[in-house]
Amino acid sequence: MTDKQRLLIIGNGPVGHQFIESIIESGRGEQFAITVIGEEPRPAYDRVHLTAWFETREAASLNMVKDGFYSDNNITALTHEKVIAIDRAAQIVSTDKGEQYPYDKLILATGSFPFVPPVPGHDRKNCFVYRTIEDLEAITAAAANAKVGAVVGGGLLGLEAAKAIMDLGLKTHVIEFAPRLMAVQVDEGGGALLRRKIEDLGVSVHTQKNTQQIIDGDDCVHKLQFADGAELETDILVFSAGIRPQDALARQCELAVGERGGIVIDNACLTSDPAIYAIGECALWGGRIYGLIAPGWDMARVAADHVLGGVEEKAFTGADMSTKLKLMGVDVASIGDAHATTPDAKCYTFIDEKAEVYKKIVVSSDGQHLLGCVLIGEANDYGTLLQFALNKITLPEQPESMILPSLDGSAGVGLGVDALPDVAQICSCNNVSKGDLCAAVQGGAMTVGDLKACTKAATTCGGCTALVGQVLNAELTKMGVEVNTDLCEHFPYTRQEIFHLVKVGQIKSFAELLEKHGSGHGCEICKPTAASVMASCWNDYILEPKLAGLQDTNDRYLANMQKNGTYSVVPRMAGGEVTPDGLIAVGQVAKKYNLYTKITGGQRVDLFGATLDQLPKIWSELIDAGFESGHAYGKSLRTVKSCVGSTWCRYGVQDSVGKAIDLENRYKGLRSPHKLKMAVSGCTRECAEAQSKDVGVIATEKGWNLYLCGNGGMKPRHADLFASDIDTDTMVKYIDRFLMFYVRTADRLQRTSVWMENLEGGLNYLRKVIIDDSLGICAELEADMANIVDTYQCEWKTTIENPEKVKQFRSFINADKTDKEIVFIQERGQIRPATEAEKIADKDLIAVA
Amino acid sequence: MSWTTVCRLDEILPNAGVAALIDETQVAIFRVDDKVYALANKDPFSNANVLSRGIVGSIQGTLVVASPIYKQHFSLEAGNCLEDDGVSIPCYQARTEGELVQVQVNS
Ligand SMILES: Cc1cc2nc3c(=O)[nH]c(=O)nc-3n(C[C@H](O)[C@H](O)[C@H](O)COP(=O)(O)OP(=O)(O)OC[C@H]3O[C@@H](n4cnc5c(N)ncnc54)[C@H](O)[C@@H]3O)c2cc1C
Ligand code: SF4
Ligand code: SF4
Ligand code: FES
Repeated sequence: MTDKQRLLIIGNGPVGHQFIESIIESGRGEQFAITVIGEEPRPAYDRVHLTAWFETREAASLNMVKDGFYSDNNITALTHEKVIAIDRAAQIVSTDKGEQYPYDKLILATGSFPFVPPVPGHDRKNCFVYRTIEDLEAITAAAANAKVGAVVGGGLLGLEAAKAIMDLGLKTHVIEFAPRLMAVQVDEGGGALLRRKIEDLGVSVHTQKNTQQIIDGDDCVHKLQFADGAELETDILVFSAGIRPQDALARQCELAVGERGGIVIDNACLTSDPAIYAIGECALWGGRIYGLIAPGWDMARVAADHVLGGVEEKAFTGADMSTKLKLMGVDVASIGDAHATTPDAKCYTFIDEKAEVYKKIVVSSDGQHLLGCVLIGEANDYGTLLQFALNKITLPEQPESMILPSLDGSAGVGLGVDALPDVAQICSCNNVSKGDLCAAVQGGAMTVGDLKACTKAATTCGGCTALVGQVLNAELTKMGVEVNTDLCEHFPYTRQEIFHLVKVGQIKSFAELLEKHGSGHGCEICKPTAASVMASCWNDYILEPKLAGLQDTNDRYLANMQKNGTYSVVPRMAGGEVTPDGLIAVGQVAKKYNLYTKITGGQRVDLFGATLDQLPKIWSELIDAGFESGHAYGKSLRTVKSCVGSTWCRYGVQDSVGKAIDLENRYKGLRSPHKLKMAVSGCTRECAEAQSKDVGVIATEKGWNLYLCGNGGMKPRHADLFASDIDTDTMVKYIDRFLMFYVRTADRLQRTSVWMENLEGGLNYLRKVIIDDSLGICAELEADMANIVDTYQCEWKTTIENPEKVKQFRSFINADKTDKEIVFIQERGQIRPATEAEKIADKDLIAVA
Repeated sequence: MSWTTVCRLDEILPNAGVAALIDETQVAIFRVDDKVYALANKDPFSNANVLSRGIVGSIQGTLVVASPIYKQHFSLEAGNCLEDDGVSIPCYQARTEGELVQVQVNS
C-alpha cells in the first residue's frame, strides 16, 4: 500500500481538470495518488467552446488534457464510469460498474445538467439538450432529416444552440418564456435590439410563450402548443431552459445542499464534510450557483491550495459575473449591476438604430463610479468599462463620454492602463492580473503571443486581448524597449502615416517627402514605399524622372528580374482568356528572342530570359499584337483567374470569365502594399480557387458571394466570406472600398490577410467600415478608386512611345552591346541560365538572341 | 591611368545608376545629387551584372546601393558590403568634368 494521500475527483469537466492541473503545477503532485472518475466517454474538454465542435466535428479539437498528462503524472483517469454512491463514514465511493474507490479527500466537480421543463411530450424523439459532444452528435444526425428546428429558451445557451441549428441549415425558432431575450444579462432596450439583430439573421423569435404540451405535428414531427393558444411546428426541439447543479450524490450522502439545489461550500470550497470539497457548477457559495467557467476555475485553484495545506491562503469570495460574448455574430456584453437595481443609480443610454448598437451604463448616484453596463452590437469598450467597474476608478466628469462615439472616428475615452493598480484583474477567465502580465514582460515576453503562452491570459474567451496588448506595450515602453513601427531609418513613420502625409500634403516627389518628413538619402525600403503610395494617390507614370529611381528594379524596368540579371515578361491576358492569334503572336515573339516559355499559376504566359535592351523591342511587338502590360512586376493587381463558367461549363450559374475580365480591367495597374490576386468561379465547385485569393468571387444562383483576404504562398489562408448573394454593382462597390482601405492603411509588404487580422475587430470591423460605412469614408474611397481607374495607362505603351525612356533600357550607356556574360544552356527544348560551372567549362553555351 | 568619358551627367537620373562598358570592364555609375560614384557592376552574391539597377540610398550616413537580387548593400565610396565584412567589390574613381561623367578603370 502506498502512503500517498488519495485524492478522488468525481466529474472530469473543465473544473475538475483545472483542480488536477493546479495540484500538478504546484510541483507536489507526487505526494498524492490522484484518481478522476468521469461519466462522459472522454476526459475533460472545452465545454465553453462546445459549439466549435461543428467546425471540425471532431471531439479531439476540444480536448483540454495535454498528451501524456495522465501517464506523466501517474494519474488514474476513468471515463464512462458514473459514481452512484458515497460512503462518508468509510470514505469509499461506488460506481455503476460495481467498482469501489477509497479516498482521503474527495472533490465533487459534477457540474450541472440542463433543466428540461416537465411539459407533456418533453421526452418525445428528436428532443435534445445542449451540453455534451454526444448531444451535438445526436442533433446533427437528426438534422439530416429535418427542415425546422426550435430552441426552448432564449438565454445565452439557447441562442448559441439556435445558431448551431441555423448553421445546420434548418429554419430556426427561439421560444422564450420571458418578454425578452437574455433576460438575465440584458435590459429591455438591449433585448429589443438583440431580437431585431437575430431576426435579421432569419431566426424567428417568439417571446412570452409558455409551452403547454408537445404533440404530433401535421407537417413536422412535433407541434408545440402554447398557453396563449398559439402553435408552432418543428422537427427538432432543443431544451435550453437553464441549468441545475448536479448535486444528486451530495443528497444521497446527506451533505448540506441549498434549498434550490447546489452543494453548500465555504470560502475554502469545503462542504459540510471536511474531507469533501465541491467546485464548479455543482457548488453553492453564498447562496449562489456560478454558471460560468471563470468562477469554477477560481474554486478549483482555491480547493487545490487548501488540499496542499493552504500555502497561498487562497479563498473563494465570490466572483464577478460580467460576460462578453458573441451570439450569432452579435457582440453582447454585460457588467455588474446591468439592471440598475442599486438604489439611486443613474443610467445613460446610447442607441444607434442605423448601426444597431445599444449601450447603457449604470452609474452611482454621485456619478463617480461605474456600477454596471449593457453593450449590444458593439462591445469594444468592454475591457475598459470592466476595469472602471471592478477597480472603482473615478469616472470622467461626463460619464456618458464612456459610451458616446467620438465624431472623428477615433477611439473613445480610453483608459490608460497605467491608471490600473497591479492587482487589477485583466483576464478574468484565467485570473491573470496586471501585475502578472508585467512580471511576464519583465521576464522576457515581447508579444501578446508570448504572454498567452506563459500566463494563459487571453486564451479562453478572448475578451481581454486588447487590454493585454495595451499592458504589454505600456510595460515595454516603461522598460525602455522601443516599440518601433518606423518604416526605416529615414522616416519615423508607418506606411499608413506616410500615406496621410503624402495625401494631405499633396506631395508628389520623394525629394519633397524626404525634405519635409525624413532624413538621409532614403533606401530600398522607403523609396519603393513612397513610390507605391504616390502611385496610389496620384497615379502618375512610374518612370517619370523623379519617380524612376525610387522603383524596385522590377517596377523600374517594368519586368521581373531573374537570377542572372535577365527579365521575364508577362503580357496581360485578363481572366486568363487569350485568342489563338494572340497566342500565336506571343509564341512568335518568344521564338524570335529565344525566350523560355512557361504557363504561370495565374493563367498567364511568362517569357523568360530577356535582356534589358530587348525589353522595349519585345514590348513593341506585343503591343502591336494587341497586348498590354500584365503588371506582373508590380506590387499591384497581378491576375484575376477564372474558370470557364456558365458559357461552357454544364454546372456554371454565371459568366465567371466575363466577370473576371471586368474586374481585371477595372483594377489593373492599382499599386498596393503587396501584390494582389483575385479569382472568379462560375459555381460553388470553385474551380478557380477563389478562396485562396485576396479577393475571391463565387457565382451563386442569385448573384455573387464575395470572399476577402485569402492567400496562397508561404502561409496559406482561406478567404473569409464577406457578403453573400450580392449583385454586380454592390460587389464592385465593396471591392473598390476594400482595396482602397487596404491601400491606405496597410503596412509595407503586408498582405490583405495579415492586415485584416491586425485590424482590431477583424472581419466584422471590416464589414462595418465597408458595408455600413461606419467611418464615413466610403464615398472618399470610391472616389479615389474612380480616379485610379480613370487614369490607367499601359506603362509599356507610354514607355515605347517615348525615345528618352527607351534609352534607359540600354544595357550600357556608352555602348550598343549586351552583357555577354549572360549565356544559356539548352534543356528540354528551351533555354535556361548556364551555371557558373557550365560557364567555365564553356561548352554548348548559347548567347543572347 | 586615364579618365574615360562615359556619358553626360543628365543621362543619369538623379539618385539612380547606369551601366557602362569600359574596355571589357562592366562598371556601375551612380549619381547622387550632382556627384558621381563608380563600382563594379557585378553583384558578388549572384554573379549577375546588375548593381547599376539597384536602389541608391544611405544607411547610417554611408551612401549605398542595394543589390536588386538579394538586397545586400555596397558602399558607393569604398565598395565594401555592409552585411558581410569579408566581401567587397572593386571601386573606381569617378568625376564630372563640366557636363561629362568620367571614370578611371585600372587595367
Ligand atoms: C454550450 C455552452 C456554452 C458555454 N459558454 C460559456 C461561456 O461563454 N462562458 C462561460 O464562462 N461559461 C460558458 N459555459 C458554461 C461552462 O461550460 C461551465 O461553467 C463549465 O463547463 C463548468 O465546468 P464543471 O467542470 O463545473 O462542470 P461540467 O462541465 O458540467 O463537468 C462536470 C462533469 O462531471 C460529470 N459527472 C457528473 N456527475 C457525475 C457522476 N456522478 N459520476 C461521474 N461523473 C459525473 C459530467 O458528466 C461532466 O462531464 C457554457 C456551457 C455550454 C454548455
Ligand atoms: S467552378 Fe463551377 S462553373 Fe466553374 S468550371 Fe468549376 S464547375 Fe464549372
Ligand atoms: S516558390 Fe520559390 S523558387 Fe518557386 S518561384 Fe517562388 S520563390 Fe522562386
Ligand atoms: S477574460 Fe476571457 S480570456 Fe481573458
